[in-house]
Amino acid sequence: MDTEGFPVHIFENALLSLNRVAAKNIISAEFTGDNAFELIRGIISPALERIGDMWACGEIALSQEYMAGKICEEIVESILPEESPDRKNMPVIGISTLGDEHMLGKRIVCSFLKASGFNIYDYADMGAEDVARRVKDDGVEVLMISTLMLNLAVGVKKLRMIFNKEGISTKIIVGGAPFLFDRDLWKEVGADAMAVDAMDSVSRINDVLGVP
Amino acid sequence: MNSDEMTPMERVLTSLDHEEPDRVPFFLLLTTQGAKELNIPVNDYFSKPDTVASTQIRMQQKYGHDCHYNFYYASLEIEAWGGDSIFYPDAAPNCGRPIIRNVEDIASLEAPDVYDSVHLQKVLKTTELIKAHAGQDIPVIGVVMSPSSLATMQLGMDRYFDLMYASTEILDELMSVNEEFCVQWANAQLEAGATAICYFDPVSSSTIIPPHIYRETGFKIARRCISRINGPVATHMASGRCLPIIDDIAATGTAVVCTSAIEDLAEIKAACNGKVSVLGNLNGIGMRHWTDKETEMNVKEVIQKAATGGGYILSDNHGEIPYTVPSDVLMSISRYVKKWGQYPR
Repeated sequence: MDTEGFPVHIFENALLSLNRVAAKNIISAEFTGDNAFELIRGIISPALERIGDMWACGEIALSQEYMAGKICEEIVESILPEESPDRKNMPVIGISTLGDEHMLGKRIVCSFLKASGFNIYDYADMGAEDVARRVKDDGVEVLMISTLMLNLAVGVKKLRMIFNKEGISTKIIVGGAPFLFDRDLWKEVGADAMAVDAMDSVSRINDVLGVP
Repeated sequence: MNSDEMTPMERVLTSLDHEEPDRVPFFLLLTTQGAKELNIPVNDYFSKPDTVASTQIRMQQKYGHDCHYNFYYASLEIEAWGGDSIFYPDAAPNCGRPIIRNVEDIASLEAPDVYDSVHLQKVLKTTELIKAHAGQDIPVIGVVMSPSSLATMQLGMDRYFDLMYASTEILDELMSVNEEFCVQWANAQLEAGATAICYFDPVSSSTIIPPHIYRETGFKIARRCISRINGPVATHMASGRCLPIIDDIAATGTAVVCTSAIEDLAEIKAACNGKVSVLGNLNGIGMRHWTDKETEMNVKEVIQKAATGGGYILSDNHGEIPYTVPSDVLMSISRYVKKWGQYPR
């Protein structure tokens, strides 16, 4: 069902069929110059949320989720540039793979978060010490960790220890295959939450920050 | 072994013929566990082919599973292409930065000769040593990455997807080079003594790409490769889903398919319908914390779901038992397969 009269379903279909032009046209037709967040909340986020759900229950493939995120990231960049003052009230988000060279998960989460209006500090594959230092310097409120490798997922424990030692209050949200195959792993490593897919990250960010 | 007991080879072949052997065959696909067994660093372990061979033999004797596994780690193939691996103290090595920096480089990309590669020679030497010990009694499982899965390491997964959707001609060019390498690498392992080849193709799983794209890409590639590999092939999705494409996978010429722990094994077995055998699908990550009771329950469950009538080999779902899985759990798996896996059922 569409949200507030917006053509969410049509937009979602355009994303899943990789019809970049149609997806851009749908947003352009609704864009008035100052309603970027309204379009994000009314069309883009609901569509990505449904796509995320479809990925989580195996109805679509990772490549489709990746492409949908990428198209939305481009669209949002065109209606809400990174330097836009409208972004200033969004929480400060960081992301890293903690040394994992498998970057796809991080890339998808970045796209989905950017498409939801967040600005992201991307710490690439930095290790725990460097990430902790950067998080502190940048005033990051929520740090997303995306890993494919089990040992690096478990490495979040070390990050948590550094945060505790340094008094860093940044929340940690984890995601990636190891956490999907062991649904208690996020607690074991001391994360504040886990996201089951890229769009779930947005809900989990709100949860850990206590945003209703 | 008593006189009624089959050898692992007999047990596996009987099951692959969709008949019931003396008990359910099981493969513990042990790689970095060998380093743990010897209490040596992972990179040291994989630097010595004779160490890997003797430890495979030792672990097979310890756990009593029905195969030897010559597999080192996925990024070893990338090392042969000039790339590198990142080693960790408690996990399989990870592939370093993609070796193809610019897509334009694909046009001039040349595959390494398997027989000239010091990296791949280690695996061939290990295979020869294991085979000399195993003879015809225990199957030796060799491994190749599918051309598509190799490409994700060569390019990085995001650029692989970008090419898959935008520039199939360039991707076809890369696949053509990778196919030749894959076939040569598989056949070299068979010549060295491998009994069968495990064709790792997670990129083709429905977790990663949609079924219609698989039918245009990974399916055709697998069919071409498998037809040129001079031995039986098992297709492994390394934790990826395969149910939506199970008939297609069967049509590639593979003898076995291994599925994800997130798919229902009974559904997979039913869908295979005697066309291919099933390998799997114990959750390797979950296994790290299994109690003895949980191990028994999980082993019993997969046997109940898939063992009747043969055509089933019990295994983990990823093709590699994580380093951090305790030896006690592996011993328990072995014990409970022998307890609950007896035929006739």
